[in-house]
Amino acid sequence: MTLRRLAAFGALCSLMMPYADAARAAGAAEGQLDIVAWPGYIERGESDKAYDWVSDFEQQTGCKVSVKTASTSDEMVSLMNQGGFDLVTASGDASLRLIAGKRVQPIDVGKILNWQFVDPRLKDAPWFTVGGKHYGVPYQWGPNVLMYNTDVFKKAPSSWDVVFEEQTLPDGKSNKGRVQAYDGAIYIADAALYLKSKQPELKIKDPYELTEQQYQAALDLLRKQHELVQRYWHDANLQVDDFTNEGVVASSSWPFQVNLLKSQNKPIASVVPKEGSTGWADTTMMHVDAKHPNCAYLWLNHSLQPKVQGDVAAWFGSVPVVPSACKGNALLTDTGCATNGYDNFAKIAFWRTPVAKCASQAEGCVPYSRWASDYIAILGGR
Amino acid sequence: MSTGIPHVARSTRLSDLLVLRPRLLILLLLLPPLLWLGIIYLGSLLLLLAQAFFALDDFSGVVVYDPTLATLAQLFQPANLDILWRTVLIALVVTCLSVTLAFPLAYYAARHARGWKRPCLYLAVMMPLWSSYLVKVYAWKLLLSREGAIGWMAEALHATPLLSAWLALPVLGGPSLSTSYTGMVLVFTYLWLPFMILPLQTVLERLPQSLLQAASDLGATPWRRFVDIVLPLSLPGVVAGAIFTFSLTLGDYIVPQIVGTSALVLGQAVYTLQGTAGNLPLAAAFAIVPILIMIVFLAVAKRTGAFDAL
Repeated sequence: MTLRRLAAFGALCSLMMPYADAARAAGAAEGQLDIVAWPGYIERGESDKAYDWVSDFEQQTGCKVSVKTASTSDEMVSLMNQGGFDLVTASGDASLRLIAGKRVQPIDVGKILNWQFVDPRLKDAPWFTVGGKHYGVPYQWGPNVLMYNTDVFKKAPSSWDVVFEEQTLPDGKSNKGRVQAYDGAIYIADAALYLKSKQPELKIKDPYELTEQQYQAALDLLRKQHELVQRYWHDANLQVDDFTNEGVVASSSWPFQVNLLKSQNKPIASVVPKEGSTGWADTTMMHVDAKHPNCAYLWLNHSLQPKVQGDVAAWFGSVPVVPSACKGNALLTDTGCATNGYDNFAKIAFWRTPVAKCASQAEGCVPYSRWASDYIAILGGR
Repeated sequence: MSTGIPHVARSTRLSDLLVLRPRLLILLLLLPPLLWLGIIYLGSLLLLLAQAFFALDDFSGVVVYDPTLATLAQLFQPANLDILWRTVLIALVVTCLSVTLAFPLAYYAARHARGWKRPCLYLAVMMPLWSSYLVKVYAWKLLLSREGAIGWMAEALHATPLLSAWLALPVLGGPSLSTSYTGMVLVFTYLWLPFMILPLQTVLERLPQSLLQAASDLGATPWRRFVDIVLPLSLPGVVAGAIFTFSLTLGDYIVPQIVGTSALVLGQAVYTLQGTAGNLPLAAAFAIVPILIMIVFLAVAKRTGAFDAL
């Protein structure tokens, strides 16, 4: 009896080890944790019972997790500026702003056991590493793929030109009115990325750092594209509908829509064309005045567990930042990482907010506020 | 005893005061709602609109708090003027279409429907308002899509060339009904039609029967009766309904996201500019426009006596 109880206790201890270690390193847990996150990023089984990576954490650490969802990066920045939160899942356009505004604190990765498992390609990524300090740990990333209809394209299109230039598609009909573009100013970077290889004489180095001349070339391309576009998409579910009911055959898209359409047995596939693609990478960052730093450290460690990473990736259609999460996850399956873009990392220009003072162009770059107003004009056909 | 007297005296003094000065009583009663309206509602609105007099610094992307008219001037840039005209035109077309559809229905309901028909008609008009706005819009998107119910019906009736010809029209057309202005106007008209029918019905019910009979006695044809009596007398109802359909279309930013071309309307422009772009001043400048338009509209409406028909 005592032996068995001892064994059970031992098993429990070993189960708790990662938490116990982390807790010892960080100090006692405070019993509460407030996170600002993208919708769908922190699930406790309320949407679908199988997707729950909060309940276990709460039971094992005693840190009660409360989540405030934000739907834009700006909302996240303003919530973090107001304070009262411990963590935020910031995208590449918000993370540097938060660091520059001193709203987040450097993380001691030595205190995070699971840091060792993080994808080496992401460990020192420039969107959260400044001056050699890590201002957070990576959470998930994903590419903006070229989604296409396999009935029309028997072979995967090799270039983004199918959405940028008028041409006859393999089924013999023009692409006019059958392609979509993203309804957000950041799509100018997609045009710039295409021009980077199409017109090398423009000397585009980085699609988020464009000189006036390069920027105008991208706008010209987008104005021509306006003639081809059936609709500019912004809502993932609407795009799924457009590929189902509206005869749209090619568009920039997310793995989420691709997976959804494939699950409905639609003739859909995706590819990262030869020019590469844009993408997003999110980081869990800690507020400079976090009230519950120990719980926050426990969560940072928890968020990097292969099981959690795999579950989030399966739910969100993204790629885990821990490579070991790609094997043996029931929800993600062993092909999930490849489907969501794991092997395309090197081809992706990760999303960043364009700023006037840029590193790659001496004469300065066009800032995001102009991207926004000019893209509105393009949507209106000007 | 001695402790009770001042107390009683004080309370009588207070009630005397309130009785003798009724204005004070009214002021006390109205103070909380006035504060609500003044500070919470109008105050925050003005604070928001005041943003329009600042400008965004293009270089750093932050708002500079020096009063300037530069942001308001930006409204007159071609791309922004496009947005304003586009929105106003859509709102006008929706209003005209609503009047055309609503008038016969309201006329029948008000002057001809008897017995059980009247409540049934009333219910039929109100029924769409019971279901969720989003559900209706998404349903319309499916109906209007290229491979949707309307396209299918056109095919079954061998009217596909007609539909294609309509979609080939320069401004009204597009790749499919759901991505054209035609689709957007249809959905708006469907959504706001009840708001046009109800005030119209109210005025038409109040139309004195004696006037119509007198006109007939004097030999007026039905058409003449309609043009000279029914139409002028129902104008306040038309204007009252138009206030709803026009202002609701002017401010909506959800329908244009789901149905219609990707060109922005006013509401979407405000939504986009205050979001990721962080250009609150220009968003505020855009927000002033519908307020100005509606002030002019309401001033005209008041002269026609539209507010009696609400």
